[in-house]
Amino acid sequence: MRTIIKYVMLDLLRNKIVLAYTIVLLIISFGVFNMDVNPTKGVLSLMNLVLIFIPLVSIIFSTIYIYNSSEFIELLVAQPLKRKTLWLSIYSGLALSLSIAYLVGAGLPVLLYEPSVTGLMLLVSGLFQTIIFTGIALLASVKTRDKAKGIGISVLLWFFFTLIYDAVVMLLLFQFSDYPLEKPMIALTMLNPVDLSRVLMLLKLDISALMGYTGAVFHEFFGSSMGMLLSALVLLVWAMVPVWFSVKQFQKKDL
Amino acid sequence: MIIASNVTKRFGKLRALDDVSVTCNKGQTIALIGPNGSGKTTLIKTILGMVVPDSGFITFDQHNILHNWGYRERIGYMPQIGRYPDNMTIAQVIAMMKDIRKSSTHLDEDLIKAFKLDEISNKKMRTLSGGTRQKVSASLAFLFNPDVLILDEPTAGLDPLASEILKQKIMDEKEKGKLILITSHILSELDDLVSEIVYMQEGKLQFHKTMNQLREDTGQLKLANAIAQIMKQK
Repeated sequence: MRTIIKYVMLDLLRNKIVLAYTIVLLIISFGVFNMDVNPTKGVLSLMNLVLIFIPLVSIIFSTIYIYNSSEFIELLVAQPLKRKTLWLSIYSGLALSLSIAYLVGAGLPVLLYEPSVTGLMLLVSGLFQTIIFTGIALLASVKTRDKAKGIGISVLLWFFFTLIYDAVVMLLLFQFSDYPLEKPMIALTMLNPVDLSRVLMLLKLDISALMGYTGAVFHEFFGSSMGMLLSALVLLVWAMVPVWFSVKQFQKKDL
Repeated sequence: MIIASNVTKRFGKLRALDDVSVTCNKGQTIALIGPNGSGKTTLIKTILGMVVPDSGFITFDQHNILHNWGYRERIGYMPQIGRYPDNMTIAQVIAMMKDIRKSSTHLDEDLIKAFKLDEISNKKMRTLSGGTRQKVSASLAFLFNPDVLILDEPTAGLDPLASEILKQKIMDEKEKGKLILITSHILSELDDLVSEIVYMQEGKLQFHKTMNQLREDTGQLKLANAIAQIMKQK
């Protein structure tokens, strides 16, 4: 397994995109911290950026990478390797490279300007976004043979989780505003890793005015620590389930 | 050594393999012949576990190959169209394969030398011609000294010199008593190479005969003529 992770990471290093991604993150993070005098506010602005930008890069880059390494995968499937090992190695290589890029690009500025638990929380939720969306990308690309279709599905999924989902939830909120919606809201939030990360962050920041509806409900329902633990657990589930499904799919895929 | 039992594979409506049963034993050199799209490559890919059959099963040394992967250590496979990571050099691809197989038996680098691949080992795979790619594929198939060789159109795209080198290499390995599976459309070059013929058509296995049997049945000496006669009869 380690051998293949090594080759995937070597390949990604040769590919300059991950490096460019790191530099862009560095520029954005330093920019945000320099614009705001208050570093906590900086973390908040950075969070909003991170929750849109990180999923986008992770899902699109991973999807394209999987399609572009179809030769590599084909070559290795005929070798004495377990398919599960092969697929998980590719996943690990991708998730690891993107995580390192994120940790350098966003982690360095955060540690410099806001080396607090809040800053750390931002890094953790960004890491979760990276591995979750890499997993979703793997699932999308193993399901479809056609490259254009696969990338299209990935873009749609990103669009869904970052924008459409919230819009739908808002619509539901207004439509059913006469009913008690606290519990359904919690369930709905759990179904979206981006929202979940946001709630996790906001619970930590404890800015009730900024928490929005879901954040407030979470806060009331679980209290800060319990709510954080629960959302972290659900994020962990999100990190594993798509990958697990993609492994199952890859094991019976014809190459 | 390799036994396929009632293997069926559908791609949508197309039956790529239709109830195929075949037995391959050690020491045999088998030619897999049939028109384009008759399921030869699909059969090879199911043996390698790259394609999972819808029904039926394949055993390698009495072990079902489903969910098994260790057996591939003993197979050298040369694909019809070798596809390799574009931005790796020849040397890197070979080094990676060695790294992955971690084979303890001694490596057989005859073909790498014969094809003079070491002289161009810094070339990127992307820049290689089809024929050079085939040379890399062939070298990799023989590199780990496997018990079974599966060669899908081995000489397609090779120049006469290279194709003669490869043929000689196949002969040498045959002498060592290995099981060799070849598909090819150039029947004349199979004449002195193979001992058995498997003929496929539209996903079905039409017959599996020894070379001598086939010569007797058709009264033709040359494989090309014998197959032509059979195709006419059908």
